[in-house]
Amino acid sequence: MDPQYHALTPNIQLSQTLFEGLVCADADLAIKPCLAESWSANGKTWTFKLRPNVKFSDGSALTSADVVFTLDRVAKVPNSPSSFKVYLQKVEKVEAVDPLTVRITTSEPYPLLAVNMVGLPIMSAKAAAGPAAEGKTTTELNSGNGLVGAGPYRFVSWKRGSEIIFERNPHYWGPAPAWDKVIYRPISNPAARVAALLAGDVDLVEDPPTDDLERLQKDPKLTVETKASNRVIYVALDQHGETTPGIQGTNGKNPLLDKRVREALSLAIDRQALVARIMGGVGTPAAQLLPYPMFGASKNLVTAAKANPDKAKALLKEAGYPDGFTMVLGAPNGRYINDSKVAQTLAAMWTRVGVKTTIDSNAPAVFFKNRDAYSYSAYMAGWGTATGEMSNTLNSLLVTPNKEKGQGTTNRSRYSNPAMDKLVEESASQMDDAQRAATLAKASEVAMADFAMLPVHFEHSVWAMKKGISFKGRADQQTMVQYATVAK
Amino acid sequence: MLAFIIRRLLQALLVMAVMSGLVFVGLYVVGDPVSMMASPEATELERDAIRANFGLDKPLWEQYAIFMSHAVRLDFGKSFLTGQSAMGLILERMPATLELAVVSMLLAGLVGVPLGIWAGLKPQALSTRGIMTGSVLGFSLPNFWVGLMLIMVFAVYLGWVPASGRGKTVMLGPLDLSVLTLDGWRRLILPACTIALAKAALIIRVTRAATREALPMDYIKFARAKGLAWSRILRVHLLKNILIPIVTVFGLEFGQVVAFAVVTETIFAWPGMGKLLLDSIITLDRPVVVAYLILIVFFLVMLNLVTDIVYSVLDPRVRLQAAKA
Repeated sequence: MDPQYHALTPNIQLSQTLFEGLVCADADLAIKPCLAESWSANGKTWTFKLRPNVKFSDGSALTSADVVFTLDRVAKVPNSPSSFKVYLQKVEKVEAVDPLTVRITTSEPYPLLAVNMVGLPIMSAKAAAGPAAEGKTTTELNSGNGLVGAGPYRFVSWKRGSEIIFERNPHYWGPAPAWDKVIYRPISNPAARVAALLAGDVDLVEDPPTDDLERLQKDPKLTVETKASNRVIYVALDQHGETTPGIQGTNGKNPLLDKRVREALSLAIDRQALVARIMGGVGTPAAQLLPYPMFGASKNLVTAAKANPDKAKALLKEAGYPDGFTMVLGAPNGRYINDSKVAQTLAAMWTRVGVKTTIDSNAPAVFFKNRDAYSYSAYMAGWGTATGEMSNTLNSLLVTPNKEKGQGTTNRSRYSNPAMDKLVEESASQMDDAQRAATLAKASEVAMADFAMLPVHFEHSVWAMKKGISFKGRADQQTMVQYATVAK
Repeated sequence: MLAFIIRRLLQALLVMAVMSGLVFVGLYVVGDPVSMMASPEATELERDAIRANFGLDKPLWEQYAIFMSHAVRLDFGKSFLTGQSAMGLILERMPATLELAVVSMLLAGLVGVPLGIWAGLKPQALSTRGIMTGSVLGFSLPNFWVGLMLIMVFAVYLGWVPASGRGKTVMLGPLDLSVLTLDGWRRLILPACTIALAKAALIIRVTRAATREALPMDYIKFARAKGLAWSRILRVHLLKNILIPIVTVFGLEFGQVVAFAVVTETIFAWPGMGKLLLDSIITLDRPVVVAYLILIVFFLVMLNLVTDIVYSVLDPRVRLQAAKA
């Protein structure tokens, strides 16, 4: 419950119901004013104007002191398994200019600051003060002590593993949320989740199994909503050097270094068929790593190319592999929607053009360990762009890994392209949004033209709910009750 | 008697130490907790910081030594994921699991023992064949399937009871129990039946076999010859003598349910220890997994101890000193 303990989507999703940030993201992840009414950036200085008359759920007023307290607390939370410090990397100084103005100074021009403020819910300095360095400790906050925010709901109780209860925050500044009382109940088994919905125990569930969708859609008592998400399922191809662990039949060479081979693998994938048959329609074929029109996605890469096995075979022959080769595709089992089924299908499609592929599908913990140890020549995984803009995706997945700069953190294919790196770096200091979006779109085009990584599809998130409830879904796959309303 | 108990406890300590070592190595081989915990955007430096913070950068043997030095002071570490005491998290979930296990075993006993005796007394009757077929089904059907079927029938189609979760609880001392409220029972009954079905099947078979074995014995014949009423023969002479195998099975099965109600708890979203264990294994939250297994080993050893003591009460011929487990 400590909104600054563990930066992980399920936690952030809950804390955003109790707390609000200076800036919020709408259902398509475009940012909009929240506790801050407006903001402006001038080089390295950002000025946030707070909305007047915002009250916390205990009735006290929100001022710039609360913002300063919140941002200061981030670095002080002990033992955080995943710190919120990621959001404040380049922040040097946070000052309260007057009760409703906050000035943030960064070490260099940092256009992403506003986007990052979405993930940082503002806490009440008064309620969360305490003797420890960080004020109220995580344990205290977990018991509800000091858990005071300016979000649409306020905390009532939490029984670990069983249920979390919120009620309407009477002091909320925005339009009153639809429900008096909300109970979140974790049901990890998808079949049990659907059963609970059918039995009327719960009103809304996320991620029902795709096999049940048809039935749920036909049920007159239910509504099913799907929403294209920002999560792309991709195949990473090892482009590190001449030795690669999972490929045989090439005389020790790494065929993935050859762009023609990567293109052939991409052409062999029938993305439309895969989405329709394996994903039960809950996906969109992908042509880049973030769907257009999200920030920095290229509008030239909207439709995925049609599969072309003949051309793929021709390319392989041209690259010197007329008889193909054998390859192992790594994939997690149980991390993404139908993940191991998708991997099997990819393997079959590649085998059809001559690259005899077997899959090595493992529990997520094992898969990620192997991936991080570079034991796969090719692996399938997913990336959800939390910030909703391309620099996050490219910086994490495709920019040349650089430990000191914190770049390419998840670039396990060790792809490296100076031209693309340069574009991404350029964008990092472009304060003009339109210009930055154009630079990133160009970087995306460069990477895709190089077949640096093969995007497969964008997952759709699915919600099923009782008739009478309206929830349109969010691109970040979060289920936030404040966006659920009574259907008209 | 005392020596016996002490020997048992020492055995438990040894097993607990071995278990913790195995779990340490096992989870170490499986994966890297940091890759499960850190935000995907975290940089390598941040990952290293997390690793150092939790002591995961030290060699395995050193991590284990640190763990053991804390464990002897009954400190089993903090959950990586929530930062709370691992043992505390488990104990918090324990009442839910114990409650489920007790109710399931009582149900299984109440159904299983009478049906088993009946089947033993009337081996040829049609009803006995029905009971025996039922019992075969009972322990051959997979647990998760039974659970889902019960949910489909009683929660979805008939709508009699809710499909998941735990109802209103009442605090009774340190324990929060749901058996004291109607809502609690409505939610408890399906998971309890799921577990009870398989356990009842087993108890029926054990009871039947014991009954069949006891019936031709001289003391039963003698009691009948004396003209004692059937009810009294059943209660005093038969039941008391067949209780030993039943108690054994009961004890073992109860331990099984407490330790491994994982599947049932997952299907019914029952907030017990099993669900916690599964979630912790998935996220590689090693302190919780180790603390859990240590607690379970201790619990199982204690349960066996109690079972042995109950033996000696039921049958004075059993000497505890001889019962070396």
